[in-house]
Amino acid sequence: MNFSTIFAIVVLMIGLGYLLGRGRSVQLAGQIGGVRHLNSLPFYYGALIALWCAIPSLLIFMGWIVFDDIIIRSMVVAELPAQYQQMSAAEQSLLVNSLENIAAGVHFGEPEPALQEAANRLLSLQTASRWSLAGVVISTALAALVIGWTRMSPQYKARVHVETVFKGLLLTSSLIAIFTTVGIVLSVLFEALRFFRAVPFTEFVFGLEWSPQTAIRADQVGSSGAFGAVPLFVGTLVISAIAMLVAVPTGLMSAIYLSEYASRRVRAWVKPALEVLAGIPTVVYGFFAALTVAPFVRNLGEAMGLDVSSESALAAGVVMGVMIIPFVSSLSDDVISAVPQSMRDGSLALGATRSETVKQVIVPAALPGIVGGVLLAVSRAIGETMIVVMAAGLAANLTANPLETVTTVTVQIVTLLVGDQEFNSPKTLAAFALGLMLFVITLCLNFLALHVVKKYREQYE
Amino acid sequence: MNNSTNSTMSRVEKTLARRYRAEKRFRVYGLLSILFGLACLAILFTDIISKGHSAFLQTRIQLTVELDPEELEIDDPTDPDQIRGGYYQGVIRDALAERFPEVDGRSAKRALNALVSDGAVYQLQDELRDDPALLGQEVSLWLLADDDVDTYVKSRREGQAFAGMLGEDQVQWIESLIASDDLRTQLNTTFFTASDSREPEQAGIAGAALGSLLTLLVTLVLSFPIGVAAAIYLEEYAPKNRVTELIEVNINNLAAVPSIIFGLLGLAIFINWFGMPRSVPLVGGLVLTLMTLPTIIISSRAAIKSVPPSIREAALGIGASRMQMVLHHVLPLAMPGMLTGTIIGMAQALGETAPLLMIGMVAFIVDLPAGVTDPATVLPVQIFLWSDSPERAFVERTSAAIMVLLAFLILMNTLAIWLRKRLERRW
Repeated sequence: MNFSTIFAIVVLMIGLGYLLGRGRSVQLAGQIGGVRHLNSLPFYYGALIALWCAIPSLLIFMGWIVFDDIIIRSMVVAELPAQYQQMSAAEQSLLVNSLENIAAGVHFGEPEPALQEAANRLLSLQTASRWSLAGVVISTALAALVIGWTRMSPQYKARVHVETVFKGLLLTSSLIAIFTTVGIVLSVLFEALRFFRAVPFTEFVFGLEWSPQTAIRADQVGSSGAFGAVPLFVGTLVISAIAMLVAVPTGLMSAIYLSEYASRRVRAWVKPALEVLAGIPTVVYGFFAALTVAPFVRNLGEAMGLDVSSESALAAGVVMGVMIIPFVSSLSDDVISAVPQSMRDGSLALGATRSETVKQVIVPAALPGIVGGVLLAVSRAIGETMIVVMAAGLAANLTANPLETVTTVTVQIVTLLVGDQEFNSPKTLAAFALGLMLFVITLCLNFLALHVVKKYREQYE
Repeated sequence: MNNSTNSTMSRVEKTLARRYRAEKRFRVYGLLSILFGLACLAILFTDIISKGHSAFLQTRIQLTVELDPEELEIDDPTDPDQIRGGYYQGVIRDALAERFPEVDGRSAKRALNALVSDGAVYQLQDELRDDPALLGQEVSLWLLADDDVDTYVKSRREGQAFAGMLGEDQVQWIESLIASDDLRTQLNTTFFTASDSREPEQAGIAGAALGSLLTLLVTLVLSFPIGVAAAIYLEEYAPKNRVTELIEVNINNLAAVPSIIFGLLGLAIFINWFGMPRSVPLVGGLVLTLMTLPTIIISSRAAIKSVPPSIREAALGIGASRMQMVLHHVLPLAMPGMLTGTIIGMAQALGETAPLLMIGMVAFIVDLPAGVTDPATVLPVQIFLWSDSPERAFVERTSAAIMVLLAFLILMNTLAIWLRKRLERRW
């Protein structure tokens, strides 16, 4: 009996519960002179029994799926001979994988008898787990059916109960947003704290040297790992600054032109075309930056007699800026359009030209919104990953020269976590510490943006 | 009085030309900004298309192959085991040796054999499986060429022949094949039917596309109901209190959290705590669900808000309960807006790469995934993986994969716009 069969049975029972509840209510109503004497419509009696069937049994089902693997693994490992008990967590998880292979009959030669025994045990535990799950879930659903059946009466307020459950489900769905935030904070914070136990926080935040390659064997020479994140912060800042230099003027000017000068038809075509830029996946920008823009920048630099690295911050930054243009322009467009027409009319009536109106009336009035939008764009640039992973380098140079290779926080998170890893080395944990930094900084920027918009917004009307 | 008007007028006249010039300049700046944006878009698209269009064609070499039972070690062509185990490499080598009898010596022969892809054996296998009567006969087949040959032929056609790893004699053989019309390019079906491979000529996007589809399915099944439910709660039920405010602040913030952070969450919670497997669409879908939920909730709330209150009041007035009012009246009217938001969220999820890298969807996977718990990769990650490969033939395939991805995104966004225009009602 596998999980999908059990699930199918539960779904069938839920359907059965609905039909039974509905049928029972109609039958009860028949005895007292028709459906109109029921407290609720027959649908609600059916739905209520179906919900009673569904909620407990599906909760048990989900919990079981999540935890049964972990429990079975620890039970199997606990029975293994002492030599396996002393292995590290990573080795043990490999061992369990090979046990699963042995259980499935995939192995070379004859496995050790202890392992074979453990594999058999694994298999029998898994079977037992599935059968007991089936028993528990089906009897829960059945119990719900029976209880519902016996408690049903024409006076029973089925609709009120169904609506309470419905409201509960809606509330749970909206609480997921909070759970996600809590999950992010907990997961990042826990691993980051483990990292700070190995590497002091001050060294991480103020250290000038970043070379996360720790020695794999104890006797290896050199590279003991240095976790000073300043070069990463500087690199992120350099690339984001270049991106902002491209995105803010062009985005803002585009928004001004579109909302103040362009005719309706031009606007209807150009605005969506610019928004296409925002819809292009970042991996495409990364490819474009690495294969087209970076060589172009390099050749241009060589033609001017400059020494440009082939993974220069300039190429990545410019492409990132292009990606952010529509972001800045649509946010500014919104706030510029929100400035009341009477202010424009007033300024024009005083004899100001259109550009003077824009510069002296509209932009000042829309400034909080624009600043908020720019802050959001900065947070976007800092958190952008694929463009820099593909077009910026890995070498952590502490430099502000846009023609050299720099690396960013996100690039390092990706390089530290992609590929095989053990979960205890400071190298992997460093990625979570960087993630914590990234999360905190972008969170602050977002809050600041919202605050600026709220506090300094001019109230019109 | 007169005097001051005069002085004002003279000041205005003095500065008017300058102000008009400033006005013109300002306008030009605006126009230039827009043109810059549009030019970037145009350059990006032309660059990708010019690099990628050739990947839809594939070079093939015509050879007369003798399907000799002894050489193939097959005596019963109806036995699938024998078909699978046949020694096809040998007959292809023989066919090449026959076509170029002048080639002699081990290294020269090896260079000659390198012209045909390793994938050609599967082509022979399929031929023989489809028609067992071919055994023992001579057949003329268009066999898959190696990627170096492919690159050479395509670049030669564009005027700049790129030999790359090919030797001088290999180039001569190719030229002789071209001269005798034994070499042609045809539609590259492998690209759409195969999964990833180390050999560019055998690599395709089918596996990645299927992985993307499965991941998106998981995302859609989870994020649409949850997003709509959350939006209904916040718009129709939520009391104005601390909890509601907290939920709203959280949703707005999650919408701006960098996507890579969601990858870290998936890695730490789904993979490390819950022990879910790596690189599977299920975990990818869960992570993308958390990422797209804010988008869906925000747009669904906007859609619910746009339903006029009179409809709610009318429903409540004739005795509907709150749930009936929401399910029977508000939800159907708000559905087009919700669907539009969901499609846009799905398009975002389709193009997302960074969080999927974190949960290990970067593995090299040759098999097609059969379900949401099979290891898989997705289109954007496939693009990322190929863009790292040094072979020139992978550059055009990367660009072609990007074209496919962009086509899907354009399709989804057009659908969203169409839906909005078609179904959305103005009150």
